[in-house]
Amino acid sequence: MATLSVSRLYKRFGSVEVLKGIELEAGTGEFIALVGPSGCGKSTLLAMIAGLETVSEGEIRIDGTLVNSVAPKDRDIAMVFQSYALYPTMTARQNITFGMESRRVPKAEMDAAVKRVSALLQIEPLLNRKPGQLSGGQRQRVAMGRALVRDPKLFLFDEPLSNLDAKLRVDMRTEIKKLHQRVGKTTIYVTHDQIEAMTLASRIAVMHQGSIQQFDEPQVVYDRPANMFVAGFMGSPSMNFIPGELTKTDGAPAVTIALEGGETATLSLAQMPAFRPADGKVVLGVRPEHLFRFTENLKAQKPALAKLAAPVEVVEPTGAETHAVLKIGEREILGRFDPDHAPRLGELMPLGIDMSHACLFDPSTQSFIPQAAA
Amino acid sequence: MRAAATNALVPGDAVRKRSRGRDLIASWTPRLVIAPSAIASFIYVFAFTLWTLYLSLSNSTLLPTYQLVGLKPYFELWSNRRWEIAYGNLFFFSAFYVVLTLAIGLGLAIAIDQRVKGEALWRTIFLYPLAVSFVVTGSVWNWLYGPDAGIEFFVRSLGWENFTFRPTTNKDLAIYTIVATGIWQASGFAMALFLAGLRSVDPDLIKAAQIDGAGPARIYRKVILPSIAPIFLAVAVVLLQFAIKTFDLVVALTHGGPGIATTFPANYVYDLMFQRGQIAIGAAAAIMMLLALAVVLLPYALWTVWRSRRTAGAHG
Ligand SMILES: Nc1ncnc2c1ncn2[C@@H]1O[C@H](COP(=O)(O)OP(=O)(O)OP(=O)(O)O)[C@@H](O)[C@H]1O
Ligand SMILES: [Mg+2]
Repeated sequence: MATLSVSRLYKRFGSVEVLKGIELEAGTGEFIALVGPSGCGKSTLLAMIAGLETVSEGEIRIDGTLVNSVAPKDRDIAMVFQSYALYPTMTARQNITFGMESRRVPKAEMDAAVKRVSALLQIEPLLNRKPGQLSGGQRQRVAMGRALVRDPKLFLFDEPLSNLDAKLRVDMRTEIKKLHQRVGKTTIYVTHDQIEAMTLASRIAVMHQGSIQQFDEPQVVYDRPANMFVAGFMGSPSMNFIPGELTKTDGAPAVTIALEGGETATLSLAQMPAFRPADGKVVLGVRPEHLFRFTENLKAQKPALAKLAAPVEVVEPTGAETHAVLKIGEREILGRFDPDHAPRLGELMPLGIDMSHACLFDPSTQSFIPQAAA
Repeated sequence: MRAAATNALVPGDAVRKRSRGRDLIASWTPRLVIAPSAIASFIYVFAFTLWTLYLSLSNSTLLPTYQLVGLKPYFELWSNRRWEIAYGNLFFFSAFYVVLTLAIGLGLAIAIDQRVKGEALWRTIFLYPLAVSFVVTGSVWNWLYGPDAGIEFFVRSLGWENFTFRPTTNKDLAIYTIVATGIWQASGFAMALFLAGLRSVDPDLIKAAQIDGAGPARIYRKVILPSIAPIFLAVAVVLLQFAIKTFDLVVALTHGGPGIATTFPANYVYDLMFQRGQIAIGAAAAIMMLLALAVVLLPYALWTVWRSRRTAGAHG
């Protein structure tokens, strides 16, 4: 059981600054997901925690001990690589035991460990095969085995599921979750799949261009994204952004947005914004699942439902739900609707927006404007 | 309903026929394209080998004759002390040359792999000897080993007046000069291939091994070198082929001397066939060289077949 803390961490490759003052911490047994778009520095950060890349500036501590210049093998970590990195000339079993052999673990102990891990990952029949004779999913499990056979302080996973097909990916995700619940090791898990992050993590760190944008519990990151980048990155399909202006109706705070043909709609906010940007301009963020077909019945259930009329541009049934593109002013927004109340193509739809889940952003800084009960 | 079904069969049949014709063309084109070179290599390799084998069992002397005399030329060959030395030299040279060139090439490659400064320069320096022909290499080293302008002359000019270094004139040392010169020429080539191999190893493998707690020596031994094993074999086979062809190097460096100390089979075959008019014995010597090659290459070929069978088996 161990803790990890990363503070003011910088990484420079020549003149290129790849990590810019990363602050991250993981408590004992925590599962931290590190998400962000391609090239934002996730693998670099992981490699630095593992000791595979040097630290340009800042501190990495494991269990409170500064490890900046400790060799990878002495950091007591286990890592699963994005590419699996299985040794191609060794069998699955040899891949799993290589680390123990390096550390001169007695043979009996080694056999017992292989037995335990291969039963856990159901790879007993594969132990004598070489990586070239395994499928992607099997390789992935062997790579996991190589990490799990040890009893390290920290687990590091670098997009372990990114090479798998959709079905296997979901299965392995569940498998990893069960595994973590069983062994309870402190884990840093890199992914650029936000669903993986939401389902697995106790806390999510969202990275963008070398710095951490938000580091919080999954639901907080989802409901109260720190800025427009996080809001757009977490959630799929992503959040709709509608420019507007802070106004008042009947003394209550509201957002006025432009509709087609110079008309406007004023939507009452469920809560009071903590501050008002200088010129009153804001960006209203609405997730696709918070759009509904407006009915009086629904309004009775959801008092914060604001109504406006929006023309329907595109309708895409996906089975469980129907996605539709609606037009609000110049903007196109996407909604997820119940197929029974789905928009029809060409219709001017009575749209209900659940304002209790709407977010506000300051367009000049892109940052989140907190709202509190009025 | 049924009428429609039978009608539908007719065009289907036509399509099937046409595609059969196309299949035929598709399957024959590659064979036809390969045929000329296949025939040429067949004649070159098998026909000439059989021809040589036949000659080695005949009583040919200055010109080929077709009267078979059995193994007589072989007995004559093996009763000749010069041939014994030549055959012995071939094995001695090949073993030292191949093993040491591999070792030195690998050593150089690993040294350069440590991200030394001016890597491109080192690579070029070590690779240059291969660009020089064997004859030139032989001549240059002949000077260097010789007393007039070489190492001996240089050391004496530094003040050690009694220094002697004339390995090519010593019948016990001369063979080592050939080995050393051969290694000098080929180790850069081995280095370049090994270095390319080392560089092609997935860096994640090395990182994984570091995390697994393996030191540099263990990483090279267990992770990097095994994954470039095929390059090892390829380089060894190429070197072996160089070794058996060591004709020009010997001619330029020692002329097979002093005396007959550094005679090689290829030089001897050339002598017998074209200088002394002993075609049958020359052919017998050539067949013995082929046997030497077979001793090395057959196990290798069998091993590759066995290995590919085994992996195929494991797949199924
Ligand atoms: N050795 C290096 N030299 C220079 N730049 C590098 C080096 N390694 C990585 N980078 C740069 O650092 C940035 C971050 O790379 P990194 O591999 O950490 O991204 P990532 O977040 O893991 O992306 P992905 O999701 O595609 O794996 C990239 O812009 C990359 O070009
Ligand atoms: Mg990466």
